[in-house]
Amino acid sequence: MLRLERVSVRFGQNQVLNQVDLTVASGEVLVLLGPSGCGKSTLLRTIAGLETPAAGQVFWEEQNLTAVAAHQRGFGMMFQDHALFGHLSVAANVAFGLRIAGWGVGQRQQKVAELLELVGLVGFEGRSVETLSGGEAQRVALARSLAPDPRLLMLDEPLASLDRALRGRLVNDLGQLLRGLGQSAIYVTHDYGEAFALADRIAVMDGGRIARCGRPVEVWADPQTEAVARSIGHQNILSLDNQGHCVLGRLGGQAGLVLVRSDGLRLAPSGVAARVVGSVFSQGRYDLQVEVGGQLLQLSAVEPVGLGDSVYLAWPDDAVVPLVASADG
Amino acid sequence: MTLRRLAWPVVVLVPVAFLGIFFLWPVTNILVKGFVGGRLWELLHEAVFWRVLWFTVWQAAASTALALVLALPGAHLLARFHFRGRSLLRALATVPFVMPTVVVAGAFIALFEQFGLNDGAFRMRHTVWALLAAHVFFNLAIVLRTVGSYWEGLDGRVEEQARLLGARPGQVFLRVTLPRLAPAVASAASVVFLFCFTSFGVILLLGGPTRATLETEIWRHAVWRGDMASASALAVVQLGAVMSLVLVSNFLQRRRGGREQTRLDSRPMPSRRLLGANLGLLLVALGLPVLVLVERSLATGNGYSFDNYRALTVRVTLLPVSALTALGNSVLFAVVATALAVLVGGFASLVVVYGRRSLSHFFDFGLMLPLGVSAVTLGFGMLVALDAPPMDFRSWRWLVPVAHALIGIPFVLRTVVPTLRRIDPKVRESAALLGASPFQVGRLVDFPLAGRALAVGAAFAFAVSIGEFGATSFLPRHPDRLTAPLALFRLLGTPGDLLRGQAMALAVLLMVLTGLAVLVIEGRPSGRGVVRGDF
Repeated sequence: MLRLERVSVRFGQNQVLNQVDLTVASGEVLVLLGPSGCGKSTLLRTIAGLETPAAGQVFWEEQNLTAVAAHQRGFGMMFQDHALFGHLSVAANVAFGLRIAGWGVGQRQQKVAELLELVGLVGFEGRSVETLSGGEAQRVALARSLAPDPRLLMLDEPLASLDRALRGRLVNDLGQLLRGLGQSAIYVTHDYGEAFALADRIAVMDGGRIARCGRPVEVWADPQTEAVARSIGHQNILSLDNQGHCVLGRLGGQAGLVLVRSDGLRLAPSGVAARVVGSVFSQGRYDLQVEVGGQLLQLSAVEPVGLGDSVYLAWPDDAVVPLVASADG
Repeated sequence: MTLRRLAWPVVVLVPVAFLGIFFLWPVTNILVKGFVGGRLWELLHEAVFWRVLWFTVWQAAASTALALVLALPGAHLLARFHFRGRSLLRALATVPFVMPTVVVAGAFIALFEQFGLNDGAFRMRHTVWALLAAHVFFNLAIVLRTVGSYWEGLDGRVEEQARLLGARPGQVFLRVTLPRLAPAVASAASVVFLFCFTSFGVILLLGGPTRATLETEIWRHAVWRGDMASASALAVVQLGAVMSLVLVSNFLQRRRGGREQTRLDSRPMPSRRLLGANLGLLLVALGLPVLVLVERSLATGNGYSFDNYRALTVRVTLLPVSALTALGNSVLFAVVATALAVLVGGFASLVVVYGRRSLSHFFDFGLMLPLGVSAVTLGFGMLVALDAPPMDFRSWRWLVPVAHALIGIPFVLRTVVPTLRRIDPKVRESAALLGASPFQVGRLVDFPLAGRALAVGAAFAFAVSIGEFGATSFLPRHPDRLTAPLALFRLLGTPGDLLRGQAMALAVLLMVLTGLAVLVIEGRPSGRGVVRGDF
């Protein structure tokens, strides 16, 4: 189990990580989610030993790793742009860590073959890494970081440089593969779709802190802050006046922000009147954008509705969640 | 970690010690002797000094202008057209790189003899025209490559647009192309000017006894007259001039840096007349001296044979050893100089790339300094500084390769440092996360990735050493450790047919040896930028 205690990292005057506490259980896939610049890559590099914390400790089980060099931690990392060794073949890239660990040639070959099969690149051993497509390079990088059986695998936006269709497929492959191996992993992304598809737990980062951490369903249902809500894709965020009123009626007791989750919001025979301003048919449902008193809201519906239609909105009480406003709005 | 702790001080201290003893100490000596003796101020009041300075500047400027004018049409041809023989022309443009200065002088001496230009109405021997011709031959290739490759990168549609707006071809060139080429032209010109300003062997051999530049004057005062005070004063002037020229040249090259990158999909065929005139000119200018040199080396009293080459094994009274022994000395010295340059330059590259910021800047600047000092100044500095305890190296035979290594180190740095910098830090981090210690990362990642660049740097160092004449001509001589360029200089300096054939044969062998090094450089893509004149 990985455990971080109040880890802080500074780059000059800039506080990039601010007293981060975090645990990753054995066999768990933790997804670090957040916008670019929130510190998630730095957190990953600190865990790997590539950055030195200004304060705080990193533990594996009960061993304090804070002063242990990167190459002695036994963690694996997969970078966004793969960082393959351009002077080596596919097989030699995958075998690199095994070679360092002193494996014999025969064992190495066997392990490389197994790994290439695992990532679907059978027969690629002799290829130069310069000739690989983006998806293939990504798979080689994965095989390379898995080869020495890292006790923790870190993936830094591994799919960000790939096109959308490929990304969707690889997210599923990757999830199955990590679970099949029982691999403890930290996966960094800014794409909440990837995060929900992969995570056992999600940690949402904001301004160098972990703003919310929990199982995907918990985080989705109650994001707690505006920044977290926006990071995971919520859009129906409304401000309440002093009496707790907004365009959807009275949703609270005082001024503040509330989230009306789109999975609760639905079309109804009666309720709050709204006008459809956007309608996209996707996968058997309509993704709707409706307008109520100048406020835009998102929801999805099975009923066919067109632009300009008048509709009525309803929602269960538990779809409304209070949020803490972010400092920068 | 302990290995790293032990190794790093060595990596830092070796270049510091090498540079300190063999470069900074001699240069400091020149400065002290030049300023303290007061000879410098006297010099400034002597008409002879100003004549020499004026001639140095004048011949360099004239050579630069001629090289530019003659090379621009060829650069245009290479950049904009597709034709058969394009690669031949490119190959031809590397020829002068294969030729040490003394060999170039030899080629032109052969040329003048072949075409009867030693006297008569078109006398070339010992005229300023001989100097200019040799300098142009030397530097055509630099302009051709620097300007040609830059021109190739310029988007040709801009010129087409000018044509569509009504500009005639001449106007397009003057108003559009030339201004766009200006950074490359200025950069090439500064490099050529620097080379001609510090030209030494060519001036001694082709200019005759009356033509004097700062370089030859330093040599005459120091080696012939033993007047170290005057030589030091001249060297101080030379030091200042060359340093300023290098600074200007570096500035111009940096300005050239950010250039447009567009590839032409199709290059038109040039007109036959344009092609013929251009190729003819360049073939004659670049090819003829070499051809004549080879021809002369094979010519004997009756027909052609390898007699001149066979004669190289026999010692002539003019030389303390046979020419072939001298060539062997040169190869040995070049190997040692290359090893030193790779060791010191390699360590210095590591410090520049991985060292702390201030240390990195210090090394980057310090180890490039030998580029800012002419070979003659360096040789002279070593002559005056390293002859008394505690630095008595007079009887040390390896001083010659040490001097050569100093000249070679900047080349190693220039090829290795950019390559190391280009390695994505994440590649190194990946290796570390796969369990590689810093030492293993160096051995398994950095070295294989930078190995090619190191080979190119080594080839440069080798080529520089094999042909080095300026610095070597000052250094303490073991008669039996004579180098080939010095032997060639003595053979060429003697009139008469008897030794001329031998001299030509030796020149050809030197050219072949340098050529082998250049093949290595040309064969490796990472060395390209350097040969193109990015000195």
